[in-house]
Amino acid sequence: MARIGVFICHCGTNIAGTVDIPKVIEATRKMPMVAHVEENKYNCSEPGQAAIRDAIKKNRLNRVVIAACSPRMHENTFRKTVAAAGLNPYLMEISNLREHCSWVHSDAKEDATDKAIELITMAVAKVVRHEALFPQKVPITKRTLIIGGGIAGIQAALDIATAGYQVVLVERDPTIGGRMAQLDKTFPTLDCSSCILTPKMVDVAQHPNITLMTYAEVKEVKGFVGNFEVSITQKARKVDHTKCTGCGTCWQKCPVKADSEFDLKLGKRPAIYIPFAQAVPPKPVIDTDNCRYTKYLQWEAAGKEGKAPPQCRICEKICPTQAIDWQQTDQVITEKFGAIIVATGYRPFDPKGYTELGAGVYPDVVTGLELERMMSASGPTSGEVKRPSDGTHPKEVVFVTCIGSRDEQRGHSYCSKVCCMYIAKHAIMLKEHDPEVNCYVFYMDVRAVSKDYEEFYKRAQESGATYIRGKISRIREEDGKLIVRGEDTLLGEMIEIPADMVVLGIGMEHNAGASTLAQNLKVSYDINEFFIEAHPKLRPVETMSDGVFVAGACVGPRDIPESVASGSAAAAKVTALFGQDFLVVDPMVSFIDQAKCSGCLLCTKICPFKAIDTKVLRDGRTVAVVNESLCKGCGLCVAGCRFGAANLRGFTQQQLLAQLEGVLA
Amino acid sequence: MSTDTYAYYPGCTLHATAKEYDVSTRAVCEKMGIGLEELKDWTCCGASSAHTTNEALAIALPARDLRTAEKMGKPLAVACALCFNRLKVTEHELAADKAKLEAVKALVGNDYGNTTEVVHLLQILYDRRNTMAVSRPLKGLKVASYYGCMLVRPHEITKFDDPENPQMMDRLMVALGAQPLEWDFKTACCGASLPLTRRDILLKLSHRILAQAQQLGADCLAVACPMCQFNLDMYQQAINQEFSAKINMPILYFTQLAGLAMGLSPKALDLAKHIIDPLPMLEKKGLA
Amino acid sequence: MATGAAVTPSPVSDLRSFVEKQSHQHILDCYQCGKCSAGCPIDYAMDLGPRQIMRYIQMGLKKEVMQSNTIWLCVACETCSSRCPAKIDIAKVMESLRILAATEGSPAAEKNIDLFHRTFLNTIRQYGRAHEFSLAVAYTLKSRNIFGNLGAAQTMFTKGKLVIMPPKVGGASWVKTVFSKAGSTGPDVSAAVKTEGRH
Repeated sequence: MARIGVFICHCGTNIAGTVDIPKVIEATRKMPMVAHVEENKYNCSEPGQAAIRDAIKKNRLNRVVIAACSPRMHENTFRKTVAAAGLNPYLMEISNLREHCSWVHSDAKEDATDKAIELITMAVAKVVRHEALFPQKVPITKRTLIIGGGIAGIQAALDIATAGYQVVLVERDPTIGGRMAQLDKTFPTLDCSSCILTPKMVDVAQHPNITLMTYAEVKEVKGFVGNFEVSITQKARKVDHTKCTGCGTCWQKCPVKADSEFDLKLGKRPAIYIPFAQAVPPKPVIDTDNCRYTKYLQWEAAGKEGKAPPQCRICEKICPTQAIDWQQTDQVITEKFGAIIVATGYRPFDPKGYTELGAGVYPDVVTGLELERMMSASGPTSGEVKRPSDGTHPKEVVFVTCIGSRDEQRGHSYCSKVCCMYIAKHAIMLKEHDPEVNCYVFYMDVRAVSKDYEEFYKRAQESGATYIRGKISRIREEDGKLIVRGEDTLLGEMIEIPADMVVLGIGMEHNAGASTLAQNLKVSYDINEFFIEAHPKLRPVETMSDGVFVAGACVGPRDIPESVASGSAAAAKVTALFGQDFLVVDPMVSFIDQAKCSGCLLCTKICPFKAIDTKVLRDGRTVAVVNESLCKGCGLCVAGCRFGAANLRGFTQQQLLAQLEGVLA
Repeated sequence: MSTDTYAYYPGCTLHATAKEYDVSTRAVCEKMGIGLEELKDWTCCGASSAHTTNEALAIALPARDLRTAEKMGKPLAVACALCFNRLKVTEHELAADKAKLEAVKALVGNDYGNTTEVVHLLQILYDRRNTMAVSRPLKGLKVASYYGCMLVRPHEITKFDDPENPQMMDRLMVALGAQPLEWDFKTACCGASLPLTRRDILLKLSHRILAQAQQLGADCLAVACPMCQFNLDMYQQAINQEFSAKINMPILYFTQLAGLAMGLSPKALDLAKHIIDPLPMLEKKGLA
Repeated sequence: MATGAAVTPSPVSDLRSFVEKQSHQHILDCYQCGKCSAGCPIDYAMDLGPRQIMRYIQMGLKKEVMQSNTIWLCVACETCSSRCPAKIDIAKVMESLRILAATEGSPAAEKNIDLFHRTFLNTIRQYGRAHEFSLAVAYTLKSRNIFGNLGAAQTMFTKGKLVIMPPKVGGASWVKTVFSKAGSTGPDVSAAVKTEGRH
């Protein structure tokens, strides 16, 4: 015989201000099997919880209904409360009188009171049919997969490895370092980017707990927190890195000159190459699209149509360790992990849609990142800023902010956050490179919100940069000058500047393949294909997929300090997870009644978490079986099962029907 | 290749001030084996005046012609850029707003389904540019392709090339053997409907277009809009006076240039109608 | 337009709600970047640039907007609309302001442009098609600018570009009916039909 206790919370005036509590209490007392009714100003307060514990013991209650706020808010709190009183925590049901009632019906108090009574009736009817549930324990594989070897991934890898856990760092490119490696200086301190980044890259390479997998991509993710199974494709480098010493003879002798991705096509690289001098690992890959011999092999494989391309194989001949391996193919390896950190970063916005600004038409209209490569001493122009059209030094330079950002016509609605600051940096640096340069910055709002950023912006102005509030409408060419036209919206006057070079302040965009990876990991992503955190403020590095964490600019535009901070934060979350020896799995999961299961296995196809396996019974029947550690309790299989075999613990068909009967009675 | 017979909407100006556009369009299409069946009893699209002041008229007037074309069961070829724009806008607005479509049906006929495909002549020629019988390539002719506003904007509605740096006319010129110029005023406004009211503005806007074309050595402008043609051609003398300029720039329809390249005579293309006579320039180049 | 006196903004205004309803554009999305004004070919002749018009609408300063010549000088070339980062069709906003002026009968700052459009529509109403000769004659007489347009007319005539006889079209009577429906009920299509129902 159920003995139910109902605890009605005032939530200050949140509930009691709208719902007539005495009337609700009176009605609740008359409900079947209700042995005790009690009101409290705040159920969740310590005195409130103590009152619940006492009442359970004193009245020998074996079921509890908490009529208060949303279960999202305090379900866990009250589970602990009833457990402390010796009751199985799953014999408690929450009736949401706040979000579902008082907050939305504050203008109809009488109706709200009636609804509150009905909500409690439903909870009482349901809780009678609750059963004690017991959480499962599963072991944890204490290894971490980090996807993305930019500064966020690097930071996370170093922190976790230093805590003593194994890390596999997977990077798509031939080197780690990410976008930060392409930068010359960093705001607001003007540290040299390479100088602060490359030591960390070397640390990663040398750390005994870190396995580095460059030129590799995550292919498939299976499993669940503590027990992921991930297959990773190691792309063919055509160079055996176990033999290669990184001596560099091959890339010095390779005759091919292909566009350098790292230098944004402003410079060239050989077909066998490392992206930049301090690359980690310092061992090359062969770009099979440009290598003469691989092109020859492709021609051969395609049936030898047309003229034979020249063969070369110089690298093979001169390699002192015979590391060139033409037979090498893509390899898929599968590894187990307990946690995954996604740090896949961003890609710079492609401005080609801005035809009114001559993007892609006038060579002297360049992007901020291209200017960055030109300014870098190890860049394609050895640190000299030159006009791509004629190689002269520009004297009048115009910067434009918000390219691809805050622009729903040509780009994205969001602010990319870093452009105001990097343009300030460029203006300062250009003046330092050449005091005769005049910089003009067309800005919308200068967003300088972190520590020392406002001061940095001021420094840019003091260095001589002219800030003009307005957007450029058109750039045209006249006598070798780029005529830049915009409005000074503060003056209300049109401005025309004959410029030698225009720098587009391009913003950040989701990286290529972000949505595919997110789907693979079952992590949500937003309309801009940025990953979504479990909570934007309180759980900024977790995701709704347990055991998968996010760091860096894959979540949205971030600068270096934020990326590093989020890398460390994700690492802290992983080490906290690994501090436990077992994981407790929520028992409110689906189960399948084998007697009713017809073996149609529709549920295995419906399940978004791949949590349903099959099993052959002794009588030869095939039935579905739920893997309880994978199941998230979404209930899709229950809705899909035509035989009523699938059921959700804590939300069984019987419990839900009882709820309905309660309200309809 | 798409349909070879079109319903044809010349629009008011092609029967009056821009007769040569109509004549050259028909001549070129005949030469290329493209059938044009003029809409019976067509009426004005309302042009810029209707949508400037009265939305009901701006939608209802073009809808009537769209319905006539729909009944013919053929895509509707339009030469005038302004008409093209108005017809496209109408089609777009009626597709987006069911209530509007119902209201318009009550005015133009309940059987109207808003299914007419509106195509500009430039598109039709562009699509066939590689199979045109070019017998007299426009060798040495430097052409500044001038698209104006109405073809390319609003891009979401007209879906016609890039609104800032379109290429279709330029590529057509290449196919005709001419040399298109890279210039900045392809889609800059010429002054539109202002000639009678604010001629000062018109002269200024048209001047900067003509001035750059002249500076870059253009032999002529190629246009696709009778309003642009009128403004740039008719007011060139006034521009020269106002800005002490010496511009003598023939303003030719792209259809006329296509006709020339296909060996049609200047007469068949009504070249004599222009205020700035293109014949001396064309003769000098051996093209007429 | 600075008068020295402070203006009182009324951000929740009839002006903005009319424009938003008529044009289906979100006026508050404008963040005043000036890309419209800088690209507008006629901005130099306007007393308020397109950007300023947007701001005046945001602030509900109706008198200033309706008295500006901007809304009449705009030729709807759509350069502003095609570049606006807030994706506002500014030309459409201008159009809605002209409709507002027509609805309220407020005087146009550019009388001749208003007159031109009215005269143009009149010739369509009359003949079903535009007829440039009638238009030019009627406009010239009404605007009293006889000599200004004489030269052009003469040139056109000699080049055979001027058709003296007005067109005869079967659809003309239909056009007349539509005009009387649309003209009597203002700018809304559905309103034009509703009136029809009441007859």
